[in-house]
Amino acid sequence: MRPDTTFEKIAWPLGFGLLVLVLWEVVVRVFGVSPAILPPPTAIGAAMAGSLPILWEDWVQTVVKGALNGLWMGTLAALILALIIDRFDFLKRGLMPVANFFAALPIVGLAPIMVMWFGFDWQSKAAVVAIMVFFPMLVNILGGLAAVDPMQRDLMRTYGATHVQTLHKLRGPAALPFLFNGLKIATSLALIGAIVAEYFGSPIRGMGFRITTEMGRLATDMVWAEIVVSAVTGTALYGLVAGIEKRVTFWHPSQRG
Amino acid sequence: MKKPVIDAQNVDLTFQTNDGPVHALKDVNLQIDKGEFVSFIGPSGCGKTTFLRCIAGLETPTGGTLTVNGLTPEEARKSRSYGYVFQAAGLYPWRTIAGNIKLPLEIMDFPKQDMDKRVEKVLDLVDLKGFGKKYPWQLSGGMQQRASIARALAFDAEILLMDEPFGALDEIVRDKLNEEVLKLWAATNKTIGFVTHSIPEAVYLSTKIVVMSPRPGRITDVIESPLPKERPLEIRDTPEFIEIAHRVRDGLRAGHDV
Repeated sequence: MRPDTTFEKIAWPLGFGLLVLVLWEVVVRVFGVSPAILPPPTAIGAAMAGSLPILWEDWVQTVVKGALNGLWMGTLAALILALIIDRFDFLKRGLMPVANFFAALPIVGLAPIMVMWFGFDWQSKAAVVAIMVFFPMLVNILGGLAAVDPMQRDLMRTYGATHVQTLHKLRGPAALPFLFNGLKIATSLALIGAIVAEYFGSPIRGMGFRITTEMGRLATDMVWAEIVVSAVTGTALYGLVAGIEKRVTFWHPSQRG
Repeated sequence: MKKPVIDAQNVDLTFQTNDGPVHALKDVNLQIDKGEFVSFIGPSGCGKTTFLRCIAGLETPTGGTLTVNGLTPEEARKSRSYGYVFQAAGLYPWRTIAGNIKLPLEIMDFPKQDMDKRVEKVLDLVDLKGFGKKYPWQLSGGMQQRASIARALAFDAEILLMDEPFGALDEIVRDKLNEEVLKLWAATNKTIGFVTHSIPEAVYLSTKIVVMSPRPGRITDVIESPLPKERPLEIRDTPEFIEIAHRVRDGLRAGHDV
């Protein structure tokens, strides 16, 4: 079979997506579904077009301030702790079981506590996100640092390389594919965390805040508008990470294509 | 009497494994002088690779003494005395061939200008001129192994240790690289330790052939080769060559009967 051209690669999913929207619209209208249960796509579109400033304000509050801040904080903390754990073997034995225990906690449950600690604004949301992304990042980075085969370590030893040199020249680059796998999981977790954390208290802006208050007013078109924005954001973030991954780890068998 | 570069006295090594202790090396005595080309030959499990790793300070003997220029192997390794070629090329896929050869030079802080010159020189030596900008995964397995030899040569270590480096290469490339290694050895007067499965390869290359046998890994025969330093490939058809090959084969057989 002939491989798809770029146009076809975009046209196929776009066509199917449009088809789903049209069917949705038809079903809602033909069966007279109440807009409170399921608004038609056109109503959602109208709600989005009519409230762009609100959507933008919510997006900045939740995605930029809550999710992205939490994402970099959690990732940086995981990276630093991973390097420390990797350097000292006793930490691997002592800290990893503890870390695994914390990783098993339903972290969203911590959201009310974070609100109490860090206040209603984005700081408490960033804290929830940071904790949420921390463990998958830690596990992935540690896995990546351990992924080098013994022969390549031996090679560095024959050069009399120091720990830092081995980390910089060998184990760091080798860990990058693992880091990106972690990041792809972390971006979607960050969005979930930032939105859900707002359910437990927030200033009068933010996507999670909007979803709960508009739901209370049965204005489901606005709820769906926020869901559309979060879906597009999640896809874009994932695409961004995957795009950087492709450039940085071009040498990895999964990327050579 | 000059002092040997590598001096092994009653070297013993026992690995503790889950299935109990494995006696990898037993009572190994060997002196290697500067500029010698020493091959280690024997069946799998005879400890030839393990002994090479001991010399490089990658394994530590559990008994006996092993010195390299009077230093412990560990100290010698840290003073960057070894170029080591492994069974697999082990090139870093994120570096080009030239980048891979530069790796030890970067770690050892060679001046930048010197690096490029050295890369060119060793690429030429292993017949990979013009491939510096390629990535390892764009080359065949044989070419990758040649690049890994170039990498070991780049920093002019005093001792070159090669662990079945040509095992994966076809006969013709192997012959060519054997010749290259001899030329290189003549030009640099390096001390070379070379692990191999191949009797012709061992006899063709070496000034000293160490025959080993397994369970426990030990030396059964050390053969000083009378062949001249200058060795065209045709030397393999001479009676002297065949006689040494016979003796190696006999040594290997005797080891197997135990």
